[in-house]
Amino acid sequence: MNQISDKKIFEVPLYSYERSPDQDADAPVRRKVVVIGAGPIGLGAAIDLAQQGVEVVVLDDNDKVSFGSRAICFAKRPLEILDRLGCGHEMVAKGVEWQLGKVFFDERQVYEFNLLPEKGHEFPAFINLQQYYFEEYMVNRVRAMQAQGAPIEIRGRNKVLRVTDTGDHVSLLIDTPEGEYKLEADWLIACDGAGSPTRAMMGLDFVGRVFEDNFLIADVIMEADFPTERWFWFDPPFNRGQSALLHKQPDGVWRIDLQLGWDIDKEEEKKPENVIPRLKAMLGEDVKFELEWVSIYTFQCRRMEKFRHGRVIFAGDSAHQVSPFGARGANSGLQDTDNLGWKLKLVMDGIAPDSLLDSYDVERVHGADENILNSSRSTDFITPKSEMSRVLRDAVLDLSEHYAFARPLVNSGRLSVPCTYDGSPLNTPDALPGGPARSRPGSPCADAPMGDGYLLPHLGDRFTLLTIGAEAPDSLEAEGLSIQRLALDATPEVRERYLGDAASAVYLIRPDQHVAARWPAYDAVAVETALKRAIGKE
Amino acid sequence: MSNLILTPNIPGADDFYAELLATHEGLSKAESDALNARLVLVLANHIGDRAVLSDALKAAALSKEDAA
Repeated sequence: MNQISDKKIFEVPLYSYERSPDQDADAPVRRKVVVIGAGPIGLGAAIDLAQQGVEVVVLDDNDKVSFGSRAICFAKRPLEILDRLGCGHEMVAKGVEWQLGKVFFDERQVYEFNLLPEKGHEFPAFINLQQYYFEEYMVNRVRAMQAQGAPIEIRGRNKVLRVTDTGDHVSLLIDTPEGEYKLEADWLIACDGAGSPTRAMMGLDFVGRVFEDNFLIADVIMEADFPTERWFWFDPPFNRGQSALLHKQPDGVWRIDLQLGWDIDKEEEKKPENVIPRLKAMLGEDVKFELEWVSIYTFQCRRMEKFRHGRVIFAGDSAHQVSPFGARGANSGLQDTDNLGWKLKLVMDGIAPDSLLDSYDVERVHGADENILNSSRSTDFITPKSEMSRVLRDAVLDLSEHYAFARPLVNSGRLSVPCTYDGSPLNTPDALPGGPARSRPGSPCADAPMGDGYLLPHLGDRFTLLTIGAEAPDSLEAEGLSIQRLALDATPEVRERYLGDAASAVYLIRPDQHVAARWPAYDAVAVETALKRAIGKE
Repeated sequence: MSNLILTPNIPGADDFYAELLATHEGLSKAESDALNARLVLVLANHIGDRAVLSDALKAAALSKEDAA
């Protein structure tokens, strides 16, 4: 295979095995939180908790970042979450930003589009970045936090063999290169991927299989100067009856996804002598390229019935799996941990009841269902299930070449947008007449310019009272929490995103930057009632 | 119920029907299916009213509860 010779980041151990004093303890040591899996979601959960001062131990059966590029498309909301976790800017600096997309059908280009992202946001709509960089930057963040004394630890080559929820704590049996040891945790967060061994050990189901397919994923280093665009093919001559995607990553690496269908011989398809002719047919005989990584990716659309099981909480692919169309895997996983971190901290501190964690289930199951719905619809468009659905699909594509109206019907993946928790038990009914729908209770706060910087870095990690043209105390204490006020000027962006037709507004913002409640003016009783509701006390 | 019109609404109905048939003339079954699909999409976009479209889908399906 045309493997390049210098060592890639994913070939170097980043968190080598080291003996922990816990392995020599007479009795199992009790830790506050144990996270299984040092992928993007496990590290996100761990950093979030450690930032709040919660002791957290991350266990991973490996000692390196993810092998190959894997997840490559990261959306604005996860970048904002990462910024709150202290590593968003590194991702953007390294990542490739893109706005232009082209859609091809058969042998011709049918149209192109520009995402034209809304202005006045600190983070771009999307970046492309190999998952191994993503994980490396998160590990760097963990190291920086450790240097400042944060209670966070990654234990490489620690494979969990047994998980038992005793009701009072979780007990773990862990295998290492130096033998087994036992560990206890007040709480366990399982971020061990779609094949989650934790889920299997606990005998939990992974239900609702909707769709099965295989994709050949090739990372190719090309000398050709292709533009920074997303190219998507329906039924191209080089992959008849299937789809193909070409996308740029940093370091001159191109991601190529070729849909293969379900009934294939994976080992055969992965062989370079089968991969290279396919790529040549796609890129042209004359284009010089090297293969960096080839994999066959199989996916299903499904989720666990419940993400919370007592003291064990599932996040990311271990809880839900979607098709790759729309970049909804890692992006939704980070929204899981964003939702979980503050709730777990409040429960651990005794400020909120244990039942607050059930709202993690409600809100993120809602998010997972939305992602599964969207990615299933994309899949149905890309792979029509009946003769007539193919006729209709082709009609949409043919029309899209001539008429703008058909273009919104073309579905090559609805790119990940953050979930609004409509109907969440933590929301207080909307009490801001004329307020914009995009910031109704349950919504993630939209960024906006603020002074020399942006709004979102001022929100999060705690409850905030956001006021626009309204009076309120600068800080208040309630329910064991202290809430700071943030007064915003009614700039055009703030007006559009937070005021709408209202003259003034007061927003109660959760630590995960979602709106809990909103009113036209400050009312101490209303705020306290909404706060109680937002921490599960009602 | 939406404003879906299910009473005669096309002036010169025979002319329209003849034009519809003429558009399909000489086409294979596959080409005609494709044309019909494009026509449905063009008309649906022109209507643009989700409630009317939902009722039109039900009306076209000739499902029992809507037959009245």
